[in-house]
Amino acid sequence: MVDRSGTPLVELRDIHIAFGGVKAVDGVSVDLFPGEVVGLLGHNGAGKSTLIKCLSGAYRQDSGDVYVKGEKVNIQTPRDARDYNIETIYQTLALADNLDAASNLFLGRELTTSLGFVDDSAMEAETRKIMGRLNPNFRKFASPVSALSGGQRQSVAIARAVYFEAKILIMDEPTAALGPQETQMVAELIQELKKDGLGIFLIDHDVHQVKRLCDRAAVMKNGELVGIVDVDDVSTDDLLGMIIAGKTPDHLAA
Amino acid sequence: MADASAPSASPPRKSLMQTLEVDTRLLGMIGAFAIVCIVFNVMTDGRFLTPRNVFNLTIQTVSVAIMATGMVFVIVTRHIDLSVGSLLATASAMMAMMQTSILPGMGLDLGDPWIAPLAILAGLATGAAIGALQGYLVGYLAIPSFIVTLGGLLVWRNVGWYLTNGQTIGPLDENFQLLGGIGGTLGTTGSWILGLIAVVVACMAIWSARRSRIAHEFPVKPVWAEAAMMALSAVAILGFVAVLNAYQVPSRVLQRDFQARGETMPEGFTQGYGVPYSVLLLIAVAVVMTVVARRTRLGRYIFATGGNPDAAELSGINTRLLTVKVFAIMGMLAALAAVVASARLSFHSNDIGTLDELRVIAAAVIGGTALAGGMGTIYGAILGALIMQSLQSGMAMVGVDAPFQNIVVGAVLVLAVLVDILYRKRMGAR
Repeated sequence: MVDRSGTPLVELRDIHIAFGGVKAVDGVSVDLFPGEVVGLLGHNGAGKSTLIKCLSGAYRQDSGDVYVKGEKVNIQTPRDARDYNIETIYQTLALADNLDAASNLFLGRELTTSLGFVDDSAMEAETRKIMGRLNPNFRKFASPVSALSGGQRQSVAIARAVYFEAKILIMDEPTAALGPQETQMVAELIQELKKDGLGIFLIDHDVHQVKRLCDRAAVMKNGELVGIVDVDDVSTDDLLGMIIAGKTPDHLAA
Repeated sequence: MADASAPSASPPRKSLMQTLEVDTRLLGMIGAFAIVCIVFNVMTDGRFLTPRNVFNLTIQTVSVAIMATGMVFVIVTRHIDLSVGSLLATASAMMAMMQTSILPGMGLDLGDPWIAPLAILAGLATGAAIGALQGYLVGYLAIPSFIVTLGGLLVWRNVGWYLTNGQTIGPLDENFQLLGGIGGTLGTTGSWILGLIAVVVACMAIWSARRSRIAHEFPVKPVWAEAAMMALSAVAILGFVAVLNAYQVPSRVLQRDFQARGETMPEGFTQGYGVPYSVLLLIAVAVVMTVVARRTRLGRYIFATGGNPDAAELSGINTRLLTVKVFAIMGMLAALAAVVASARLSFHSNDIGTLDELRVIAAAVIGGTALAGGMGTIYGAILGALIMQSLQSGMAMVGVDAPFQNIVVGAVLVLAVLVDILYRKRMGAR
């Protein structure tokens, strides 16, 4: 079981984000402990991705605070997030299709030679090492990532997060575009990262997957938090009820 | 087959071209260029491929080629710059005024050795500042680059006009004119030395790339393939030098030079021109821009932003500042092109660089730069500029009427893009 007695790895407190007049996220608070996977569930447009983007630095919240290891932090840009060891695997993967795997893996954090030039050979060697661990069948190191399959692209995106020793990992529908075998690969990876003490936010549509992979599930509807539940306490039907009707199961409602 | 003799270590047999790892697109462009040259050579009874014409072709290409290398970066980041011809005019006007009125007004005598470098510095600063301003409008204020630079096309042409009151300014400083082409060359001995240095550098680059791959235990080409590439580059470099050296300075020009020095010319004295300084400048620009594109973070970010702007931004790249940098580089290169263009004419006129924006964009696109962004090479753009210039001057030599010349150039541009699209479809990339 996850030890939730210490300081949470991440705490989002009372986050508000509005676009024009639309409240995309309305007073949501979520926390995440080391070695824990928290699933974020909800319909399209429920505000899950928007909420998580103020942790990854892609958006700024209008109000509310973000705490990392108990300290209040100010995340303005994706670079700030990286400085706090927060890595994000976006739904779109955020890969530059025209570059090869190594260039994508190190994008924004290139290894350089003593003269300050990018060191392609060193980056390719590092990429070969990490891919050997994550996806041993990966061979296309010289091709642009546009030539890779969905699973291979996904493994490049995951490698990028894992390589830089993330402490907090955000995965936005990591298995949406994958086949069963590759989905299994991601599931195993999540278990492995959990053991290493990472905290993972997993955004997903699939309640079965959330029940299988996550420790807790936070359900959102129309920008508001419906509730946070221990996945072992609820059935998939309970979760669906929370997503669709927006009401907490009777046996948990105090 | 040549590769039959090579030990076949890897089971799937590779073709000769694959073993050499030659870029097939580059090969296609060189092939197209060769066909253009040969056809014009036949049609002009051998006048096209004389040292004299090759020399002229080279110096005529320099100005557009310098700008085309910058346009590669602009187009790769999914922008366009329509203002380069006008920007060239403003930079040229700035430099002409510096040489003929501002610096002399500050106490430097006409002909002072400081005039040329100071004027060039002022021109480059002007170009970079204008480019950065346009980049700021595009990057930070999110005005489409097409509009910003379309406005710039009008604005800068007429800023140049205003600076000179519409007058033609000349003659320009003597040292400044050395960068124009025929007025300043390395001479035969200097050119051979330069050629040999270039061969050594090329061979060392090939060898060190191989060493670095071996150090990381990556697969490498067979040694004979590397040797073949070295030999090929040596032949290309030395052949180019030999042709430029073969163009003889006319004897009456030599006679005049000797007379000016108060000497008499020895009987049978000849002298070749060798590599012009302007071509040296282009080579330097090409090397620097290629290094920037391939070996620096800036270059990596330019290509990443072109491939996927969102991904670049999410990776922590400041894409707005990057846009400013790209346009500033373009502006500086346009100013550098202005040095070459006005020095070649030996004066500044209001219409300098007119329609250059189209030639520059065409050169970059013919050279394989994709307008969708993310793809393009510096050497391709230079080759594209060379192909365009060959077509134009070849047609002029054959005696094609002016309207038909432009019709052909326009049609070739469209055709080149079509061929490129078909090529990419066949290669399965996008």
